Amino acid sequence: MITLEHAYVLTGLMFAAFAVLTLGDRTHPTRIRSALFWGLVAASLLFGSWLGGLGNGVLVLALVAVAGLKKLSVGQPATTTQGERRESALRRGNALFIPALIVPAVAVGGTLAAKYTGAGAWLLSSTQTTLIALALGCLIALFAAMAWLRPPVMAPVQEGRRLMDSIGWAAVLPQMLASLGAVFLASDVGGVVGQLVSQAVPLTSPLLAVVVYCVGMALFTVIMGNAFAAFPVMTAAIGLPFVVGQFGGNPAIVCAIGMLAGFCGTLMTPMAANWNVVSANLLELPDRDSPLNGVIRAQIPTALIMLVVNMALMYALAFRF
Amino acid sequence: MLVLLGIAVVVLGFIARINPLLVILLAAIVTGVAAAVAPGVDIRALGLAAVTTLSAFGDAFNDNRYFHIVWLVLPIIGLLERAGLQERARLLIARVRAATAGRLLITYLLVRQATSALGLTSLGGHPQMVRPLVAPMAEGAAEVQAGGSLPDALRFRIRAMSAATDNVGLFFGEDIFIAIGSIVLMVGFLEQAGIIVEPLQMSVWAIPTAIAAFAVHSARLLLFDRSVKREIATAAADAGAAT
Repeated sequence: MITLEHAYVLTGLMFAAFAVLTLGDRTHPTRIRSALFWGLVAASLLFGSWLGGLGNGVLVLALVAVAGLKKLSVGQPATTTQGERRESALRRGNALFIPALIVPAVAVGGTLAAKYTGAGAWLLSSTQTTLIALALGCLIALFAAMAWLRPPVMAPVQEGRRLMDSIGWAAVLPQMLASLGAVFLASDVGGVVGQLVSQAVPLTSPLLAVVVYCVGMALFTVIMGNAFAAFPVMTAAIGLPFVVGQFGGNPAIVCAIGMLAGFCGTLMTPMAANWNVVSANLLELPDRDSPLNGVIRAQIPTALIMLVVNMALMYALAFRF
Repeated sequence: MLVLLGIAVVVLGFIARINPLLVILLAAIVTGVAAAVAPGVDIRALGLAAVTTLSAFGDAFNDNRYFHIVWLVLPIIGLLERAGLQERARLLIARVRAATAGRLLITYLLVRQATSALGLTSLGGHPQMVRPLVAPMAEGAAEVQAGGSLPDALRFRIRAMSAATDNVGLFFGEDIFIAIGSIVLMVGFLEQAGIIVEPLQMSVWAIPTAIAAFAVHSARLLLFDRSVKREIATAAADAGAAT
């Protein structure tokens, strides 16, 4: 059976290859530090389970020392020219889309097969099935494309390294935030925030409670970069005791719309790295390092309107159904 | 109260524009040490608390490695880009006469929301869809309108809007699916509070917001088309004045 651990090993080997090629790239502006960074990520994926808590903590310290103090640069491995790409696009036609579509097809097909067929359940582990199927899809698509395009053997690793460098340190930010969330949880930061908010704002009417809950969800999400971290805090502090308990709102509606109010916060923060920073890096936006990069600026109007819409919907629906 | 210092570190680090990785690790250690502060606790105990926190952080870091699996898509996407995938996406959209950046993105928004609502969130995403396909297509549509290349500022605005549309479609679609992470989290949370709710009861209440999000963002994309048209006209006028 293919498990998450196998996917970690595959991903770890890919990062190890990135590290080795970076180390051998004499033209890379931050050759040593970039190779160290991807090497540490590879070590975490390959050996993380054997390192223990403190070992992994030291690994994080090393990652931060390598990437957090000074900027990492982007390597420029040899690739095809603009002209060669245009010629290849004309010659190969729309078949070029097929390998790119194999990845989601296998990810979705594998997930469904694991859920509904015996063979699928035998092949793919039932925890994090979609991620395992996604890894499988990447591998199948890669073999298919290699057989068809016949590029130099190292081309996929070199191209992957170029894209990975453009994402840079943002690649580990979601993992770091999730870990910070765990420390906050252990120290009961949420409980303290909740007490403060409910003491500071007199929640005397259903409308006020709805507004404070939704705005609180969005703001705390902006800080934590993830609505999942804000949800237990704000719902335990305001959602359940006030909107549901005191004013009789329907808990299913309050929670469902409260989470969506949090998502409005996700659209407005650079802390939500995998959506707002990784995308700006991948699209090579000139302002990708600024806290309000182009992607976030493009999202803010939609996010603010939707925050108001969510408050209106919660107020209109939660006390009626 | 002292444990809130961790949040203060996050906010201050953000304002001072210090690298977020550094800020997050600092915030975690400050939180752990602050939680241990009490009358009569000496420096050595606080040092121990810092080490314990680092160890807890390491454990959580290891538990959250699954974020990295999505990067497995980069070699295949890079390989296809090397063979002209982005150029092909542009050629394809150039054949569609009625295509504009905004209309294309509205179509993508609808597809992204609908597939996310069915739980097919991995169909989209920035490395596998937006960079290789959606953004080049949106740029290509605008290039056809412009009858040539685009001013850089406009090109980057179109790219940013492509990424934004993927995010909006995902966020306001996925919660309609009953087995998505956030629904599981909410059902579990309510159960701990003694309230039993079926996942389906939660997910139906994501539908009104989903419809509103489609309306709001589509309207913005139509306005975006107008502004693209204006910028192309201004650029053309400038180029005309220069020659």
